[in-house]
Amino acid sequence: MPHIQAEAVTIEFPLYHLGARSLKKRILANSPLRLRQDEASRIVVSALRELSFRIAPGERVALVGHNGAGKTTLLRTLAGVYEPVGGRLEVAGSIGALIDPAAGMDPHATGRENIVLRGLFRGLGEAESASLAEEVGAFSGLAEFLDVPVRAYSAGMSVRLSFAMATVMDPEVLLMDEWFLAGDADFMQRARAKLEALVSKAEILVLATHDMSIVREWCNRVIRLDAGRIAQDGSVTEVLGEA
Amino acid sequence: MPGARPEALYVFDARTPRRRAAALGDIATGVRRWRLSFALASLDIRNRYRGSVLGPFWLTLSNAVMIAGLGLLYSSLFKMSLVDYLPFIAVSLITWNTINAIVTDACTSLTSAEGIIRQLPLPYTVHVLRCVWRNAVIAAHSLPIILAVFALTGAWPGWEALWALPGLALLAVNACALALFLGMLCARFRDIPPIVGSVMQLAFFLSPVLWKPELLGPGKAEWLVLNPFYVVMETVRGPLIEGGASPGVWASACLFTAAMAGLALGFFIRFRGRIAFWV
Repeated sequence: MPHIQAEAVTIEFPLYHLGARSLKKRILANSPLRLRQDEASRIVVSALRELSFRIAPGERVALVGHNGAGKTTLLRTLAGVYEPVGGRLEVAGSIGALIDPAAGMDPHATGRENIVLRGLFRGLGEAESASLAEEVGAFSGLAEFLDVPVRAYSAGMSVRLSFAMATVMDPEVLLMDEWFLAGDADFMQRARAKLEALVSKAEILVLATHDMSIVREWCNRVIRLDAGRIAQDGSVTEVLGEA
Repeated sequence: MPGARPEALYVFDARTPRRRAAALGDIATGVRRWRLSFALASLDIRNRYRGSVLGPFWLTLSNAVMIAGLGLLYSSLFKMSLVDYLPFIAVSLITWNTINAIVTDACTSLTSAEGIIRQLPLPYTVHVLRCVWRNAVIAAHSLPIILAVFALTGAWPGWEALWALPGLALLAVNACALALFLGMLCARFRDIPPIVGSVMQLAFFLSPVLWKPELLGPGKAEWLVLNPFYVVMETVRGPLIEGGASPGVWASACLFTAAMAGLALGFFIRFRGRIAFWV
């Protein structure tokens, strides 16, 4: 059964390359809340501090909180990018991460080449990746621009391509940042249908967002992060109040 | 599709990190997915020479000019006939330039992939292999020079030239180990790349690249087996121009390679989990 189990998961970012000792002192003196010195007297930012939670199948979890509260860091940790320095993390089920739309995109390669590359990133074979290009190309609606280098795309076009590439999957655990809200209106309608299908097929959704109307619409549980800790955890009405 | 797999499970426990299994798994997955690293390397090469008419053959051309120039100068300095010296300098210089390019590129094998490392959970081995592929393909563009020089001077090697293949294998192992080790070290300590640059420059003059080892004279040339750059280079160069490398050179090259691979692996096992924070 897909599930996420976190026990006291802690992530600390060491600030390397800070340079002089005096600078170090000044930084520590100014912000004693989340910056501290570890045993090796490095300055570290406590990004996530002893988070414990369990997400069961069927749960649609929204991560809310201020900028820098640790939402994206938590998504990346769940995706396996960052290894926790403390605690235990267990993610059962295939993971699909929609964190950065442009991750692994080569601006000098054409849209089609980027789709094939994305397929290889996912561990597909070349033939599978090539057939992926047809599917993604059709969905993105880029038509003849599919064979143009991505750096010649408009911002909206690259969002469409990223979105189309990122959503061609069938994960059990879907991790999503709120970037997918960009894009022109016509495309957003199709994107919405696609997202709805993706979300309804996934057993678990973890969504980092600032937009409370999205939370109310898509999610059934809210975890509010504040300065790397869980401030509130409960159903949407418990955390956000009645709409 | 990821969903088609059986139950996928990702477990990480900070108290029992199981670093060795994670590192070995990383290498195994990275090697199995060599197509990805090769595709990325091909794109790197294409991007680097985008819009250029000759592309990577610029390197061939500059190597050819350098070999012709240095060949003329040093054959008269060393009082050797050009026909004897030219095959030596051609193989020597191309091998050295390959080693030099790999070592220099190894420093940025991980930092240049920062955008991917922080967004996608991918084996780090993919970035390491990408760096090695990239340099291997570029180096292959200089092979025609060696063939041309052999044809010009009539100094075709015999079947013993096939010994260069194990030599190239040793070079490849070293390249992977270096791209892993230096890639990690340079991600953590940003002062390393300039140091590596200086060391490589010094090594170029201290190693027998332009001069033949015999010039050192008896009693001194034997000490050259302690120079890792020389022994690794000689396992490729020796078979091509001198009918083979001495057993001492092979032994030393194998030892240095094993040590380098061991060091890189040890470092990778210990610090793999930190790379995402370093880049």
